[in-house]
Amino acid sequence: MSFSSHYGYWATIILMVLGLYILIARGNLIKKLVGLAIFQTSVYLLYIAPGKLIGGTAPIIAEQFRVYSNPLPHVLILTAIVVGVATLALGLALVVRIHEAYGSIEEDEIIDRDGKEGPEA
Amino acid sequence: MISAQLPILQVVLPLLAAPLIVLFRHPGLAWLVAAAVSWCSFAIAVALFFAVPAGGAFDYALGSWAAPWGIAYRIDSASAYVLVLVSLIASVVVTYARSSIAAEVDRDSHYLFYAMFVLCLGGLLGIAATNDAFNLFVFLEISSLSSYVLIAIGRRRRALHAAFQYLIMGTMGATFYVIGVGLLYLMTGTLNMADMAERLAGVSETRPVLSALAFITVGLSLKIALFPLHFWLPNAYAAAPSVVSAFLAGTATKVSVYVLMRFLFSVFGVRLSLDALHLFDLLVGLSIAATVAASLIALFQDDLKRMLAYSSVAQVGYITLGIALNNADGLTAAVIHLFNHGITKVALFMLVGGIVLRMGTTRFSDMAGLARRMPFTAFGFVVAGLSLIGVPASAGFVTKWYLVMAALERAHWWLAALVVATSLISALYVWRFVEMAYLREPAGDARRAEAPLALLVPAWIMVLACTYFGLETSYSLTGAQEAAAALARGFR
Repeated sequence: MSFSSHYGYWATIILMVLGLYILIARGNLIKKLVGLAIFQTSVYLLYIAPGKLIGGTAPIIAEQFRVYSNPLPHVLILTAIVVGVATLALGLALVVRIHEAYGSIEEDEIIDRDGKEGPEA
Repeated sequence: MISAQLPILQVVLPLLAAPLIVLFRHPGLAWLVAAAVSWCSFAIAVALFFAVPAGGAFDYALGSWAAPWGIAYRIDSASAYVLVLVSLIASVVVTYARSSIAAEVDRDSHYLFYAMFVLCLGGLLGIAATNDAFNLFVFLEISSLSSYVLIAIGRRRRALHAAFQYLIMGTMGATFYVIGVGLLYLMTGTLNMADMAERLAGVSETRPVLSALAFITVGLSLKIALFPLHFWLPNAYAAAPSVVSAFLAGTATKVSVYVLMRFLFSVFGVRLSLDALHLFDLLVGLSIAATVAASLIALFQDDLKRMLAYSSVAQVGYITLGIALNNADGLTAAVIHLFNHGITKVALFMLVGGIVLRMGTTRFSDMAGLARRMPFTAFGFVVAGLSLIGVPASAGFVTKWYLVMAALERAHWWLAALVVATSLISALYVWRFVEMAYLREPAGDARRAEAPLALLVPAWIMVLACTYFGLETSYSLTGAQEAAAALARGFR
């Protein structure tokens, strides 16, 4: 196992940790969603990269080809992308509503404003 | 034969009903469709529950594509048990929803509420029915996304931020789960859980499999709000409309616990998770922390709904403790507590919904003299509260009994003592309500203002169920024992 043969995994891990870090460390709700999107994208790579076989072609049966790439991860990730898009859209919609209600998308300001007006606000 | 199609019908009906409701738009019609679908899936779940042979399972190949290539649904005793629980709670809650959301959700978005409700129901039922690890992820996200909307749909602006927090945490959990599934797929080349369990035997001690176990456990722990990953739950339950708190408290976390059990016991197998990772020791520690810390936090809450939410976190601790003890009694306690705590918490949240409707507040200090204003609600709260504590002749007692037995069987007498001690803490926070409602004079207006029957009747059905299943355990207990046996046996 060497770096060059597994660079796909390294890219995945770096993206994963970057996304997770942004998600946890940032207080801005939009930036949180950006982190979430990067985090989810890294998972797409985790699935797709191992599906490719070196020398493999698209999985269409033909006489002259013996080695095919695995098509299943692509199908799975198509579904995962749809889920990711839906999550991001819902998240952004919530941010719009939060901005309307609070006038801010910074988490500490939102908590602050909730605290001032009592728990019933 | 239609009966052969029941496993898929169960899931497809709510999924199809959701767009139908959006097309109808009319709130009354939307409610009718949602209620019909919920009760239908309850009937199907009960039929499946009684039809599943002991020790066997129903297999259903989607589109007649044979497993492991196609997506397979598999209903065994454990999944049938969860299906009955989820659809029962959904049916009672939807009956209750009509009057409750009239007060808490704008009329324009009622039809959206019902659409999201059935979507969430379909997702939860799908999680329990499927035998495909990736299909499970999709259903997990269907139910989660719709529950974020359900939480945010109320009028309180706090709900928006709570839903956002839940979205971040929930998506993180689901993504962790899908990373774990991806690693398992890399190692086994299959997504069918039965097939996966078989193939894992050959590669079980490898690093990708162990990290998959870690990712899946952490991801699902986020979803079940296992202490200390519970931060999203109190905010979400406290800010959501009452009917949503009731529905999610009884179903969403419970279904995720089922998935965790499925993976720990049936897919990975006890030997791997026990020997290689000492996961069960870790779970015992976290469960104790959850029951003790969350019970104590619940004791000092100023808001009735937040108190119930923290008590949910504590009760999840009992369930994971049952898993961690890892013997027949412990697993039975975990499974039956899904049901017992489900109905108890739903009853309590539904009664709180009545209080919100009449008093417009859930603050503890405003509950003074509640028993005079709303005698049936207050009394129901006490009866369901007894089940939460786990006094004899209540559903909660059955769980505690099996939990203590399981702890003693492992010779952990201190764990048994701890279960009893934490029950005392929950007695304290239920007592706080009793003291406020019964022993204080009402602050101002003391006229009778009982919750309307449309809210009171479904809530009391659940309250009576708490007592009934404490006395008559032939279905809930034997079902749980069979479910525990099915989980431990796995897919063999």
